[in-house]
Amino acid sequence: MANSASAPLRRTRATGRRSPLASVALLVIGLVATGGAYAAFTSSATAQSTASVEALVNEGEKLFIANCASCHGLSAEGTDNAPTLIGVGAASVDFQVGTGRMPMAASGPQAEVKPTQFTDEQTAAMAAYVASLAPGPAIPAAEYLTGEGDVANGAELFRINCAMCHNVAGAGGALTEGKYAPALQDIDPVHVYEAMVTGPQNMPVFSDLNITPEDKADIIAYLAYLDDNPSAGGLNLGSLGPVSEGLFVWIFVLGSIVAITVWLTARSN
Amino acid sequence: MAEQDSADTGTAVEKHEVPTAAPGTAVVSSDRVENPGFEPHRPRVSDLSPEKEKQNERRVAGLFFASMIGAVGSIVAYIALPFEPGDPASVQLSNMLIGLGIALSMLGIGFGAIHWAKSLMANEHAVEYRHPVRGTEETRARAVEIFQLGNKESGFTRRKLIRNSLIGALAIFPLPAVVLFRGLAPDEDPVELFKHTMWDTGVRLTRDPDGTPIKASDVTIGSAFHVIPEGLGESEHKLEEKAKAAVLLMRLKPEDLTVSAGREDWNYQGIVAYSKICTHVGCPVALYEQQTHHLLCPCHQSQFDIKREAEVIFGPAKRPLPQLPITIDSEGYLVARSDFEEPVGPSFWERSL
Repeated sequence: MANSASAPLRRTRATGRRSPLASVALLVIGLVATGGAYAAFTSSATAQSTASVEALVNEGEKLFIANCASCHGLSAEGTDNAPTLIGVGAASVDFQVGTGRMPMAASGPQAEVKPTQFTDEQTAAMAAYVASLAPGPAIPAAEYLTGEGDVANGAELFRINCAMCHNVAGAGGALTEGKYAPALQDIDPVHVYEAMVTGPQNMPVFSDLNITPEDKADIIAYLAYLDDNPSAGGLNLGSLGPVSEGLFVWIFVLGSIVAITVWLTARSN
Repeated sequence: MAEQDSADTGTAVEKHEVPTAAPGTAVVSSDRVENPGFEPHRPRVSDLSPEKEKQNERRVAGLFFASMIGAVGSIVAYIALPFEPGDPASVQLSNMLIGLGIALSMLGIGFGAIHWAKSLMANEHAVEYRHPVRGTEETRARAVEIFQLGNKESGFTRRKLIRNSLIGALAIFPLPAVVLFRGLAPDEDPVELFKHTMWDTGVRLTRDPDGTPIKASDVTIGSAFHVIPEGLGESEHKLEEKAKAAVLLMRLKPEDLTVSAGREDWNYQGIVAYSKICTHVGCPVALYEQQTHHLLCPCHQSQFDIKREAEVIFGPAKRPLPQLPITIDSEGYLVARSDFEEPVGPSFWERSL
């Protein structure tokens, strides 16, 4: 059996029209062709993108001077009213402008979320301008923003690093003197990531050296899980824990006990 | 029905003497509440109209039927809405319907019974007086007699040896419990346990929860790290040690820090480490505001100013958070210079400070 199977194989090789070197040659030609094409394409693409980045930065600078410079200074050096933006990075601009926090409507304990004032392109232009001033955190890669990840690990990291301010269910919480940690329900993952790397307002910075990008992706996965899975325990009363639950018990449960007691002892009419 | 006047005979209520007015005062005060007597008897609608009586009868029966519906409904909900494994939210509707059904079944019986009693059962006033507490002379004499007979038959006062040895046995029998429960206390002096944590000279600061060491260069300005001592994962009483040794690490601009004499080398280029255990009642203090540099305790709103060595600026805490002296080792990792110089956490009886 073995002989009869190997014999035709050998014959095919011997009488094959292709030279033994043909496949090697083909491989070399293929590699050279794709490599050359890639090199040609990327060099032109780089040239192109350099030009477009410059245009973007110029556009961003114009927008910055028109809309931001009155508080942040003409060259983003900061004034008495607002901090410097040198070195805050593109991620900071994308977070603050992309969530509508900047430009601020009025000075207050902290910038409020409101409808965004700029289009995505304008935001990207300003981000590119601020990023061109000094190196800073960049807008995160899409691979960390999918909401896929180790939810259990994300939950543990969230409880250790985030839950004391943002509440274990991401419902937010009060800080001092009118400041507060906002609720994290249905937040765009890119803004969650940017908030961690830039530390907007009074939030501390959780840089990639503290919490790795993979761990940040797990935290985002945990928040996505919270969004997709409502509380199993029925009414969560805002997930605020003993505050809202205690208020409910004192007002409604004690109230109905008093009402039933009154009814029990009242005479029938 | 008893007569009003006989009400005083059996009551345990002491009569209150009406204070006599001093000569010269015009107003005689009395704090005795007037006995209002009974309200006039008022017939109910069910007593007057047979229609209303029928209606109330239907209501009571309706409540009992509602109870039946609730009980059966909760069984139906349990069978019709099984829990999906791996989907905690599927429990929600099922639990709510089961709970509502059971509540309806119990409240239906309760409300029905009360409504029945109030609207349909006999409607008349009745007075029941308390019995006098004191027994009759005859009963009292008989009780004394029984005690004396018991004493005579058992010889409790006559056989002094038996009586005294019984008293001795009763006094000693709880002692094993005292000795055994005392053995549950920790071997070490608890005061010493309070005074020391896992931190020691050269112990690296590591990230909570994975225990990786932290380089000074990792801690950028405005960062906050939640820190546990190196080797916590291997320690015997992990949670107890963590409860004492948990630390919050922050980096401020060095010029923002006010450093008191003797603490000059406790921070490393503006990186400071403070105990996370509140000095009020021991909640973890970790709500760090990176612009104001205030730390807020979520339990009772104590605030600590990190710029001024965690001084208390608001709230019930009385002492600043203890600072962990830190430096770096030869590889650039942050390490503790020593343990905390004072006990962490809330005050305790033997705390000398």
